[in-house]
Amino acid sequence: MEGLSPQLRDLLKRFDQGQKLALARAISIVENERDGFQALLHAVLARGLRSERLGITGPPGAGKSSLVAELANHYRAQGDEVGVVAVDPSSPYSGGALLGDRIRMNDLATDPGIFIRSMATRGSLGGLATTTKEVIDLMDGFGFPRVMVETVGVGQTELEVTSATDTVVVVLVPESGDGVQAMKAGLMEIADVFVVNKADRPGADRLLKELRMAIHLRAGEAMKDIPAHHGVDMGAAVREGAPGKKPRRWEKPEGWQIPVLATEAHSGKGVTELADAVEAHRAHLLASGELEVRRRKRAEIRVRDVVSRELRRVAWRAVAGEELARGLDRITEGAATPYSLAQRFVEGILGGGGPKRGTP
Amino acid sequence: MTDERKIRVLVAKPGLDGHDRGAKVIASSFRDAGFEVIYTGLHQTPEMIVNAAIQEDVDVVAMSILSGAHMTLFPRVKDLLREAGADHILLTGGGIIPEDDAKALEEQGIGKLFGPGTPTSAAVAYIKEWFETQGERV
Repeated sequence: MEGLSPQLRDLLKRFDQGQKLALARAISIVENERDGFQALLHAVLARGLRSERLGITGPPGAGKSSLVAELANHYRAQGDEVGVVAVDPSSPYSGGALLGDRIRMNDLATDPGIFIRSMATRGSLGGLATTTKEVIDLMDGFGFPRVMVETVGVGQTELEVTSATDTVVVVLVPESGDGVQAMKAGLMEIADVFVVNKADRPGADRLLKELRMAIHLRAGEAMKDIPAHHGVDMGAAVREGAPGKKPRRWEKPEGWQIPVLATEAHSGKGVTELADAVEAHRAHLLASGELEVRRRKRAEIRVRDVVSRELRRVAWRAVAGEELARGLDRITEGAATPYSLAQRFVEGILGGGGPKRGTP
Repeated sequence: MTDERKIRVLVAKPGLDGHDRGAKVIASSFRDAGFEVIYTGLHQTPEMIVNAAIQEDVDVVAMSILSGAHMTLFPRVKDLLREAGADHILLTGGGIIPEDDAKALEEQGIGKLFGPGTPTSAAVAYIKEWFETQGERV
């Protein structure tokens, strides 16, 4: 690992002294992938990581920011300092962004035990920004025992939060749809805890029931408690499915039963229960060894990301702009295809000498 | 990933006045100009603004003040930024601010202040030009 520049060494010193300004600057350096950011991350990561990492995801307007604020208050009352990363989308047109998650967190704005950082996705599509995971690491290294990440408002397939956190809470609202939505692939599969927020609205009970039902369905025991209907006792099949054994509980591979909770973030109702559920999941992760599995998986993803990113950077540095322009001219003339041009670049890069001159 | 540095701006609405249309218009214009805008909502205290500016590592704090309290709020935020070691941040803004007051504030190290009727492009251009003069910070 290359060493730190004197400036970054100085920054790291201030970071270690607990200066918020240094943390904020370190985050910017990582977010902008400025020179030396890898060495900086290496220095911070090498000391080991300790934070409990909680991801909050769900559709736009579900109340993620408000729930994060309520949870942060809850943890502060316990005496824990909290880091929060809140992600909002960048405009694909202007590259700009309006980051508004702090609006819901104003009560926390002057608490020195809380550090909130807003990030724009900058073109990343997984529900997080490209470097959100690294920013979480920095907050961890700075000493926050708890770090919460709020994703952008997601649809069904922005699932990167799973590779950034230990526990994922999926927040829905009564308007989110029916139980069939919960049976679909994607977002609904990544929840360690389900929350139906704005539970004072009509339809909340129905959604809660249908979510629980859907979770049981996946467990293959949805009919267990249902009495005989039209003379057909469907529950019997489940109850008697495994003679001599207790009725099978549905198990995620690692044996966690997903709780489905109701909250009202604006009044704080259900937040303690949510924090308890997160705590229980944590205990489960530790007891089952799943935490190590998840961390290892995270490390693998990070290594692959860094290698890909670095290779891409090196590769494109080896391709001269004029070389590319000339190749594109030839494609326009019909004398080459994108494939022949790409092939020539790759051969040049692997040959170590950059792309060779001549016709693609 | 681009090599272009993003300009980060905190758009803040201090004090008790609830007129946030201007702040929202300017926040949208900044977004359209490619800035990353952190908007914190109404009723911010100077302490809240400075805290947010530091945590978000913004380049610029833009305050919208229509209450007449500009002669108190701008210097207060400027002082707090200085105390926090964040004097590199440009403090600018707009609202109902008489020319003489604006001049007096500029003499105290506050950036340009924009009055009613300013095209949003003027504020964007001002921030971009200022940003060009700033080097990379560590």
